[in-house]
Amino acid sequence: MKKALTRLGVRPLSIKRASIAMYEAEINAVIHGHGGVAVVHIFPDSVMIEIIDHGPGIPDVEQAMTEGFSTAPDSARAMGFGAGMGLPNIKKQVDLLEIDTKMGEGTKVTMHIRF
Amino acid sequence: MGRLHSVSLNRELCMGCTNCIKGCPTEAIRVRDGKAVIDENRCIDCAECIRICPHHAKRAVTDTLPELSERHDDFPCVALIPPSLYSQFSVPANRASILNAMNTLGFDYVYEVALGAAASSVRTREILNETRAAEEVLKDGTESGFPLISSACPVVVRLIQMKYKSLIPHLISLDAPMEITARYAREEASKKSGVPPENVMIYFISPCPSKRSASLNPLGQKESDVNYVLAMHDVYPLLLNLLEKPDAGSSDSSGKADAHPLADPTGVQWATSGGEASTLDTEKYMAVDGIHNVISILNEIENENLKDIEFVEPSCCFGGCIGGPLTATNPFSAKARMRSVIHKAREDHGKNPGNCLHSNALDPHIWEEPLSDNDSMRLDEDIETALGKYDQMEKILSTLPGLDCGACGAPTCAALAEDIVQGNALETDCIIKLKEQIRKVAQEINILKL
Repeated sequence: MKKALTRLGVRPLSIKRASIAMYEAEINAVIHGHGGVAVVHIFPDSVMIEIIDHGPGIPDVEQAMTEGFSTAPDSARAMGFGAGMGLPNIKKQVDLLEIDTKMGEGTKVTMHIRF
Repeated sequence: MGRLHSVSLNRELCMGCTNCIKGCPTEAIRVRDGKAVIDENRCIDCAECIRICPHHAKRAVTDTLPELSERHDDFPCVALIPPSLYSQFSVPANRASILNAMNTLGFDYVYEVALGAAASSVRTREILNETRAAEEVLKDGTESGFPLISSACPVVVRLIQMKYKSLIPHLISLDAPMEITARYAREEASKKSGVPPENVMIYFISPCPSKRSASLNPLGQKESDVNYVLAMHDVYPLLLNLLEKPDAGSSDSSGKADAHPLADPTGVQWATSGGEASTLDTEKYMAVDGIHNVISILNEIENENLKDIEFVEPSCCFGGCIGGPLTATNPFSAKARMRSVIHKAREDHGKNPGNCLHSNALDPHIWEEPLSDNDSMRLDEDIETALGKYDQMEKILSTLPGLDCGACGAPTCAALAEDIVQGNALETDCIIKLKEQIRKVAQEINILKL
């Protein structure tokens, strides 16, 4: 995605925001959602990134959005993840964040970044 | 905008092989009609193609050594000596004797670029401290100024302008030691000779072609103070000839011997990879050499994986400037000799600190112009058109064989797809695609025959 946005001439700050948001969401999908897929839609004025997993779902989205709150297992923490900053960091980077989650079915995180 | 570069092709020697297109880190070369063509907007003077070409068809463009005996007194000639030059000689030679030998060659004044480098080190230490103080205020480190990136290597700066624009604010925005020294040398030579500063002709003895491009098309400055750039390997045999004489450097210009201000040893250290970083008071530094290694580290910085590092010193060439394409000696010998030169410089400095010209005499300038972008990676000025082209590129790429063989003249299938979209190549330039089409035609002819 970063390469594509660069080739399109999107300004560096927007590329940076999109990259950080996408990276954090991907990490979440790997740690909590047993992996998943990423779909990126690029428009002339913005980018929409969807990260979709079929994991356990998020029981309390508001709590998950709190800085420092984490349910990451020790194995993830051992690798330096799981500080409870993922979702809050995403929120800082994007213009619009939607979290669509169903317990036992999975989570779809949709992020919009305007250029 | 047109961006000058200093690599040229000898069309007669070029065999149209794919070695250079494969090695080019910015994919700036294509083979068209059997000859290599360099895209001047994308060439950053890294000289990978010069090193890799088996037919020696690529050449660095530099100025030619003037007939110094015919020089005019109204236009005094100044030579600027980078510290890497000291590493070139197998004969016993010290800095003073090399500087004197340059005088003997006919230069009126000779200055060590290490002077500017030492001054730059002092200023960079201040910038490091300022950045640390700013980090303290920010605390959360979200918009960290670290790592700072050295701007000493022009190839790296131009790579960042083209492919790592988000890292432009990380660059140390001081002009290069070559420029700092040139400005000082111009004033000094003007004072000593009594001619106006603009009449002073400044020659830089360069280990690499990127310094020539940087003098013609300055980075962060309106104009360069360097008038000509000479290749180190052109000056080397003349110097060697002088240094091999037993009385070298002593009798010839003994009167001028004391006239050379010697730089602080920290300036001499800049010649090798990691040398600049070692003059700063930080342990948290990283020195990376070789253009492909530099690219992987710039990616790491962009992905914010190097926030614990305060200073990154990237050099295009392996070993640093001593590994430059215009040097005369192999970089391993040069590195060993550089070690002795630096050791000697420190020893002399310890014995007699007063002999070194104080760095305060030289004044590193902050870039007077913001570093411009190089938009040559952009598919189109209009983002909607660019999106269309990107889409088309992906479609074409999915039909190409993915062998990245280079036979079409582009380094990869993706590069060919881009060339097709930009109207610079045809799908049948791909020999695999061409073979498929020929087979189809052959089959149709066979059917017709039956």
